[in-house]
Amino acid sequence: MTSITILYDTIRLEEKLLIESAKKNNITIEMVDCKKLFIDLDKNSHDIQTVLQRCVSYYRNIHSTAVLEGQGVKVVNCLNTGIFAGNKLFTHMLLKKAGIETPNATVAFSKDAAMKMFDECGFPKIIKPTVGSWGRMVSKINDMDSADGIIEGKESMHPIHHIHFFEEFVQRPPRDIRVIVIGDNAVAAIYRNSADGNWKTNTHLGGSAETCKITNELEDVCLKAKNTVFGDIVGVDLMESEEKGLVVHEINNTTEFRNVVRVTGIDVPKLMLEYVKGLQ
Amino acid sequence: MTNCSECDADLSVPSDAIEGEIVTCAECGASFELVKAPNGFELKPAQTVGEDWGQ
Repeated sequence: MTSITILYDTIRLEEKLLIESAKKNNITIEMVDCKKLFIDLDKNSHDIQTVLQRCVSYYRNIHSTAVLEGQGVKVVNCLNTGIFAGNKLFTHMLLKKAGIETPNATVAFSKDAAMKMFDECGFPKIIKPTVGSWGRMVSKINDMDSADGIIEGKESMHPIHHIHFFEEFVQRPPRDIRVIVIGDNAVAAIYRNSADGNWKTNTHLGGSAETCKITNELEDVCLKAKNTVFGDIVGVDLMESEEKGLVVHEINNTTEFRNVVRVTGIDVPKLMLEYVKGLQ
Repeated sequence: MTNCSECDADLSVPSDAIEGEIVTCAECGASFELVKAPNGFELKPAQTVGEDWGQ
């Protein structure tokens, strides 16, 4: 029986759920720690055939996918999804091109340009790193003083943080929606409610979760978003804008699903493994 | 049961733990990656959040 390789760099609850599900459903998997992997790029010296890519590091994820895909391995998600969904600016441009609602955004390529943008466009703005997640380094900037401090700090970081990406602050209920899309189905969705006093909804930051009904409209938007980044299995994050309705603000290519499983009871890991198995 | 290399507190490894899993010391918050050893697991200081980590 051909096994599914689960490529990871850290074991989260999601990876444990995948291992448990594989055992329960008699699906053969092999867990491979990407940190221990070396691959001769010019020889196909491994027996990996189908990969469920779970590396949480953006760079490790896209580089290992590039190698394996280049050697003829089927990787879920593919390199294009890793690149495009892993970078919020790239995702934004593709969503816009596809006519999918997403928060208005601006990019500035230096601190001076960013300050000029604030001078001309005003406040508030949400500043987000183009790469990274869990709400880290995401700030709501309300005035020039905080803009100056935050952007100054970013200028001394890795060059990826010198790409200053800003989104409008979307007027919405104090929650967002995480939808798990597998293949052509939106299989489960939750509302993520902001923790008291925090405008961010990340459950990592104390936000709570509850089941969200998947309407035709929600599924339609999520499938379009998934296709925009050439994805197979993604987590689509949306807000309910008072002005525009459903807006997609993020697509996650190695999506976490622990809260979706806990709240909805839907066996997301089983559906993921069955989907990947079906591609073999 | 083992001891945290940072604060020496007792640190318990779950019975269903697997290699690569991260355990955190309840006393000081230090995180460790479980690495296979002849008699169970060894603890290696872990990177818990990288600059490019996400989802």
